[in-house]
Amino acid sequence: MTTTTASVRRDDTSTTEVASLPPRPDPSRRRPQLGRPLGVGLVGLWLSVLVLLPLAALTVTSLGDGVGGFWDAVTAPVALASLRVTVLVAALVAVVNAVMGTLIAWVLVRDEFPGKRIVNALIDLPFALPTIVASIVLLSLYGPNSPIHVHLNATQPGLWVALAFVTLPFVVRSVQPVLIEADREVEEAAASLGASNWTTFRRVVLPTLAPALISGTGLAFARAIGEYGSVVLIGGNIPRKTQVASQYIQQQIEIDRPLNAAAVSVALLAIAFVTLFVLRVFAGRSQRREEDAQ
Amino acid sequence: MITVVDARKNYGDFAALDNVTLDIPAGSLTALLGPSGSGKSTLLRSIAGLEQLDGGRIVIGGRDVTGVAPQKRGIGFVFQHYAAFKHMTVRDNVAFGLTIRKRPKAEIARKVDDLLEIVGLDGFQHRYPAQLSGGQRQRMALARALAVDPEVLLLDEPFGALDAKVRADLRQWLRRLHDEVHVTTVLVTHDQEEALDVADRIAVLNKGRIEQVGDPVTLYDRPANDFVMSFLGSVARLGGQLVRPHDIALDRSRERAEALDARVGGSPGVVEAVVERVVRLGFEVRIDLRTDSGVRFAAQVTRAEADALGLADGETVYARATTGPDAAELHPALAI
Repeated sequence: MTTTTASVRRDDTSTTEVASLPPRPDPSRRRPQLGRPLGVGLVGLWLSVLVLLPLAALTVTSLGDGVGGFWDAVTAPVALASLRVTVLVAALVAVVNAVMGTLIAWVLVRDEFPGKRIVNALIDLPFALPTIVASIVLLSLYGPNSPIHVHLNATQPGLWVALAFVTLPFVVRSVQPVLIEADREVEEAAASLGASNWTTFRRVVLPTLAPALISGTGLAFARAIGEYGSVVLIGGNIPRKTQVASQYIQQQIEIDRPLNAAAVSVALLAIAFVTLFVLRVFAGRSQRREEDAQ
Repeated sequence: MITVVDARKNYGDFAALDNVTLDIPAGSLTALLGPSGSGKSTLLRSIAGLEQLDGGRIVIGGRDVTGVAPQKRGIGFVFQHYAAFKHMTVRDNVAFGLTIRKRPKAEIARKVDDLLEIVGLDGFQHRYPAQLSGGQRQRMALARALAVDPEVLLLDEPFGALDAKVRADLRQWLRRLHDEVHVTTVLVTHDQEEALDVADRIAVLNKGRIEQVGDPVTLYDRPANDFVMSFLGSVARLGGQLVRPHDIALDRSRERAEALDARVGGSPGVVEAVVERVVRLGFEVRIDLRTDSGVRFAAQVTRAEADALGLADGETVYARATTGPDAAELHPALAI
């Protein structure tokens, strides 16, 4: 409890500190002095109200029974199982997305075929749709009354399909603009040096796509571990089998165990944050190499 | 040696290559010169296999490579905008062709070091392309292309993206490099000065066709037609004929000009003109002239000649062509 309040306060003071900082000799000094501290203060306030304070409050709630209580809530067999299912399925979804998303982006950028614009518009649909609609859509095709006799209801493959459906646009939309901007002559240069198409893709194209690919995959993963609506119908909510963390949280709220719910929420939060942070570092590193000293 | 036979390439209705036939001798440095849209880049890319011909054949070193992929043609290609592998160091860029051929590490290291020394980039091994200047990047691209021991080296406007000073330096450097390495080299350029400076053979292209092939002196002194003449070097129109500005002599006296002109067979005659402007460009002096009928042309004289004439704006002079009778005979444009 003490740690979180301290961190919140430190954040508060740092915003006010920036606002009252004496002018430092820095290249951006020529700009009006007032604008910068005001901007930073506003951003700090906005992020505090919307993101940091609610997250801190959640963390405080989760520690209502002390660190031991938090640990017990997260490591309860059903809670742990739900986290395991969530992370495993989300990871599988992210990996397949990375491959298929890159392939889709490649086809959309490099190939010409009739209906390309429609397909391009279609990519965003799973994301734009209310997720519960996604769940119904999938249930009508892969559910108990499946017209094609594929029954994925209440199975882990069912979960996987639902999450893959919802996270489809992430990789496509982050890789696509990079591919559009990519210098085709670089690929021709590799070919003239004797590189096969696959070698050219692996050694020349892929490293260029890496930052966008990593961040798109990271977003897909983060989205997948937090997904609720799309799995609510097709997932089946079977504890230790297809119950994902978000459903476990919902269930704990319903049976009036807010501490358990908060604890698993914080665990999800930590997983998402660490994932995004690590990926950002990776993506930043490969990008910096290219842009260094420019 | 590269042989192109009846090469044809269309983009829709536009004929980029219209039955082009060309021999490029082994060990030569040949320039493909022409305005934009003349097909010179298409021809080079077709030799490389980066474009597929609609018809015709391409033979490199006795091997018909018309249907062969660029990977297997034994070429090195250098692009105008460097096409550097941005995520690799200079060393990895140059080593690329050898690495994918899985050559032994020691051999690669030795070869890369040699090449970097040749192109003057030793000490830059661990830099990334973004940390190099344009000229350095292009030299890296050249080393990369040479690393795979190509049978022919193809350069597509290699100095086009560089500023004038660097361009002139790299041109000289390329010439010296070619004298050392002796690989058959084809250079695409729209800059006639560059072609005259660096190449030992020039093929002039226009509208997908080859207008003339020859060494720089032949092309400059005996152009096959008006297009080649006006594309290689500047021209002035004197009495309806194309003349090089430095082949125009000026006189203050009409009698003297006519007497001297009579000695030149088939000349356009003496033209009376008014001086519009005298421009001193270092050693040479350009005199902008205008005839009674309003036709403008320029004459190019040496500083000493200009001083002797002592011309000022608004004065009248008499211009004549100084190209001798044998030149007129050999040069159809002047023999009309």
